Amino acid sequence: MAVKRRFANAAIFILLLILALLVLAPILVVLMNSFKGQFFISDAPFKLPTLTETADGPATFVGFKNYLSGIEKAGFLSAFGYSLFITVFSVGAIILFTAMTAWYIIRSKGKFSGALYYLFVFSMIVPFQMVMFPMSKVANMLHLDNPVGIIVIYLGFGAGLSVFMFSGFVKSIPLEIEEAAMIDGCNPIQTFFLVVFPILRPTAITVAILNAMWIWNDYLLPYLVIGNKYRTIPIAVQYLQGGYGSRDMGALMAVLVLSIIPIIIFYLICQKYIIKGVVAGAVKG
Amino acid sequence: MSKTLRKYFAFFALPTFIAFAISFLIPFVMGVYLSFTEFTTVTNTQWVGLANYVKAFTGSRDFLNALWFTVKFTVVSVITINLLSFALAMLLTRAMKGTNLFRTVFFMPNLIGGIVLGYIWQIIINGFLLRFGVDITFSAKYGFWGLVVLMNWQLVGYMMVIYIAGIQNISGELTEAAAIDGASGWQSLIHVTIPNVMPSITICTFLTLTNSFKLFDQNFALTGGAPAKETQMLALDIYNTFYGRVGFEGVGQAKATVFFIVVGVIAFTQLMLTRRKEVEN
Repeated sequence: MAVKRRFANAAIFILLLILALLVLAPILVVLMNSFKGQFFISDAPFKLPTLTETADGPATFVGFKNYLSGIEKAGFLSAFGYSLFITVFSVGAIILFTAMTAWYIIRSKGKFSGALYYLFVFSMIVPFQMVMFPMSKVANMLHLDNPVGIIVIYLGFGAGLSVFMFSGFVKSIPLEIEEAAMIDGCNPIQTFFLVVFPILRPTAITVAILNAMWIWNDYLLPYLVIGNKYRTIPIAVQYLQGGYGSRDMGALMAVLVLSIIPIIIFYLICQKYIIKGVVAGAVKG
Repeated sequence: MSKTLRKYFAFFALPTFIAFAISFLIPFVMGVYLSFTEFTTVTNTQWVGLANYVKAFTGSRDFLNALWFTVKFTVVSVITINLLSFALAMLLTRAMKGTNLFRTVFFMPNLIGGIVLGYIWQIIINGFLLRFGVDITFSAKYGFWGLVVLMNWQLVGYMMVIYIAGIQNISGELTEAAAIDGASGWQSLIHVTIPNVMPSITICTFLTLTNSFKLFDQNFALTGGAPAKETQMLALDIYNTFYGRVGFEGVGQAKATVFFIVVGVIAFTQLMLTRRKEVEN
């Protein structure tokens, strides 16, 4: 029995190892091609770069040339800056304001609060295409079409899921804690920031991760709102792609690699929180 | 407490509410209204009744083609993603070494954005098709299966993590009892594991369903609808109707409204199913 089990485990381990390599393969292929000359990519994407001339043709290894041209052509550094700025501040705004709103909705118990809650929940099921055209016009009219203004838009779009998740958690906090704080002379603002907000921490981490993943990778919303002037990373990648035929494959490969690196670093650092957060978000959403 | 708190509406709820009104509420109401009008910017509207809706379905075959393509794609990806992720979850909940490392690797593609994913897979798929002297835009079949493979690559790890959580929630006593009663591995899977992970199955089915149905970025980057709009999904068709040529904004908005209603029906069904399950438990 034990021998049979060990044998089965070894077979499964090998199977999983092959699958893991298959999962990583596409990224490795892109990484490999990012070091090849741009004309040697489409023709033979699965060949390693060659350092010297071979029977097939000239040396294809170009070092970091693609990275330099990719960074320049796509404006990658400013795109990285915009993506980082918009993601960090939108996520910060979402956590702060939606936690406050969720607490208000649950604790004030008014009819208006109830209606507001259902509006937020409703917004979660409406696909982006339904509102994208009027939204981009409204954003334009209100001069929100810049990297600071778009934070307001993200707060509005992130509100649905975030209010929903915070509300679920607030309901589970015993009311006595807050009442005690109020009796001790705290006003609602002090009660929220000194007592409630610290308790919300686990949900805040989940909300932060879900929103960060969405905003960092979002393409259509920033493209429609600020895309003409300010390119985030997904817009820069799409821009580099340009028209078929004229595109610089080398630069594209390099920029693809550069846009994956920050995500992988972030993932390896906060892996535990990310997986937990995603599961919690899925189960509640 | 609730009375005191209500005086603080402006502080606690107003900032979120204003942002929500600007980016969602007002555009949503405008969107419904605009779907009955002809316009190029949102200020020069002219009431046309249901004309946009009629045009959406009869003006060209694009919308119905996109709907059919989206439905086919959604069905195939929901089935493949759930089968694969469940199988992986079963393998990774066995007591053996290295499961955490595998989990980390399988989950990772989920974090990469749709546009980047689309271009990564374009290279890979074109690399394979090169042997036959064609590329992904040659036939809608390639675009379809390319999109299915991409979607599996992205979502299998995500769903796997949810299934793992579900499987680990099953008490060990249940499976042990089944084993003592002489159940084979297969019987234990059918009669113990699957009934007990039904909540996870519901969640994963609907997550893959809505993710596939609303897909835009991956579709846009991988094929962009080529050849001849044959691999265009609903979201991309709506986008192209809005921004492809001037004068069709109203039709685009009407298509978007239909899209919203379909997605709403899916979400409502899920809500009802989950509610009923909760009552049963």
